[in-house]
Amino acid sequence: MYAETQIISSSENNPQLKEGQLVINVGPQHPATHGVLHLVITLEGETIVKIEPHLGYIHRSIEKMSESLSYRQFIYVTSRMDYLSAHINNLGCALCVEKGMQIEVPARAQAIRIIMSELTRIASHELWIGAMAMDLGAMTPFFYTFRERETINDIMEQTCGARLTMNYMVPGGVMYDLHPEFVTRVRAFITQFKDKVTELEDLVTNNIIFRNRTEGIGILSKEDAISFGCTGPVARASGVDGDIRKRFPYTGYEQLDFEQCLHQAGDSFARYIVRIREMYQSIRIIEQLIDQIPEGDFQAKTKAVIKLPKGEFYTRVETARGELGVYIISEGGTTPYRIKYRSPGFSNLSALDHMARGSKIGDLMATMGTLDLVIPDIDR
Amino acid sequence: MFIKEYIKEVYQGVSSLLKGMKKTGYYFFHPSEIITQQYPDNRHELKLPERFRGEVVMAHDDNNEHACTGCTACELACPNGTIKIITKMDLTPEGKKKKALDTFIYHLELCTMCNLCIEACPTNAIQMAQTFEHSVYDRNKLTKKLNQPNSKIREGVE
Repeated sequence: MYAETQIISSSENNPQLKEGQLVINVGPQHPATHGVLHLVITLEGETIVKIEPHLGYIHRSIEKMSESLSYRQFIYVTSRMDYLSAHINNLGCALCVEKGMQIEVPARAQAIRIIMSELTRIASHELWIGAMAMDLGAMTPFFYTFRERETINDIMEQTCGARLTMNYMVPGGVMYDLHPEFVTRVRAFITQFKDKVTELEDLVTNNIIFRNRTEGIGILSKEDAISFGCTGPVARASGVDGDIRKRFPYTGYEQLDFEQCLHQAGDSFARYIVRIREMYQSIRIIEQLIDQIPEGDFQAKTKAVIKLPKGEFYTRVETARGELGVYIISEGGTTPYRIKYRSPGFSNLSALDHMARGSKIGDLMATMGTLDLVIPDIDR
Repeated sequence: MFIKEYIKEVYQGVSSLLKGMKKTGYYFFHPSEIITQQYPDNRHELKLPERFRGEVVMAHDDNNEHACTGCTACELACPNGTIKIITKMDLTPEGKKKKALDTFIYHLELCTMCNLCIEACPTNAIQMAQTFEHSVYDRNKLTKKLNQPNSKIREGVE
């Protein structure tokens, strides 16, 4: 792989390049790539001719590693894939194990799972808005969005015991019951969010520089979004109604009243607007549940050693970035025979070349930023 | 017409920037609404929630007794081999042989704070402490022996 990525800078020492073309390397250590992503960009003047993403810098072989871990143990590793939606990754794995074991999850655990997932989604989108604005040169929104994210992190810390890698979802329910102060703190957060989210409108949404740099940039059509396998806000901004929470409801989303946020434009600004609207929908979901969390057990009784029956199991969940699929093949033992994750970031990244081709190099940051790439999720 | 459009655009652009500046200016003149913590200085007031997972500790009471039976449930539950339990054979007053804990080795440098060992423990012998400043100059200091010297199992714990 290293031989491919050697730095070639002019057409003199590379016969594949045409006259006047130039190759530049963005990353693996670049502030705008948010991790160790390496993009080899062929330029003609300032126009992008081709983008080649090189992966593998943060590959930890999570799938192979999981084969030697038991069905309780392999869940904690998935927090390290997409660390911004750790709860939802854990939930996907827990759901897959529950599907194999055919156990019924108590109603209280289901409500807690949904509230936690939606809080994670808000935290993830808040971080993305801050980081995205910073990519485009605006430093201040980062501090404002981190204030709200910090409140969520404190709530998580109090109930789950950790801020990012929670490992709170276990097969059969959740690890502990909610903290007594949880409900009051989430209510306070909802008030704070509704009060402060308007600041983003002033700082980012209506800002002339932000709009000029994102409107009409990085357009992805509906057909292309489907053919590249894009999911999540990236696909919904192009008009693909593929929200897993609506299409294939899990853990009780079917009883809730919320909208799927769609946009038809497919440009960077549409992806921004979809994420902002999604945060409002998440708040709507939490509001429906927070006052009526059912009483009862927070965990179903499971055996100390989990054994899945022989067969194949697949579940999918909607993370903050798109569809996460968990595929387990079991041979009937205590450890999985094979685990495969279908991560949203990988498919979304594959559309980058198509979206950025023909645009200027300065617009690449707006295009790549709105894909919301988390590199550990792409490499695993 | 073109000049009119141009002036309108400039006016809108400047007003949108001023709107944002007003927001940041508000916080400049209202420092009490800023939530930043001065971290190393506020170390003494800093209180972490009781569920925070910092490191694994073993509680000992006043008689230097713990609740660990040496059953190795935590060792089996740990996904990264953080815990190593060495057991010994003790003689009970009746003269029978009984398995007991000799050394509880805990590798902090391998631990991911996933809480699975605490969940697995049948006697609640180990807990999570709320410490978080773990940096040391020598990595050997991160390998810890959790049971205190000459400690023994509390009576009545099976």
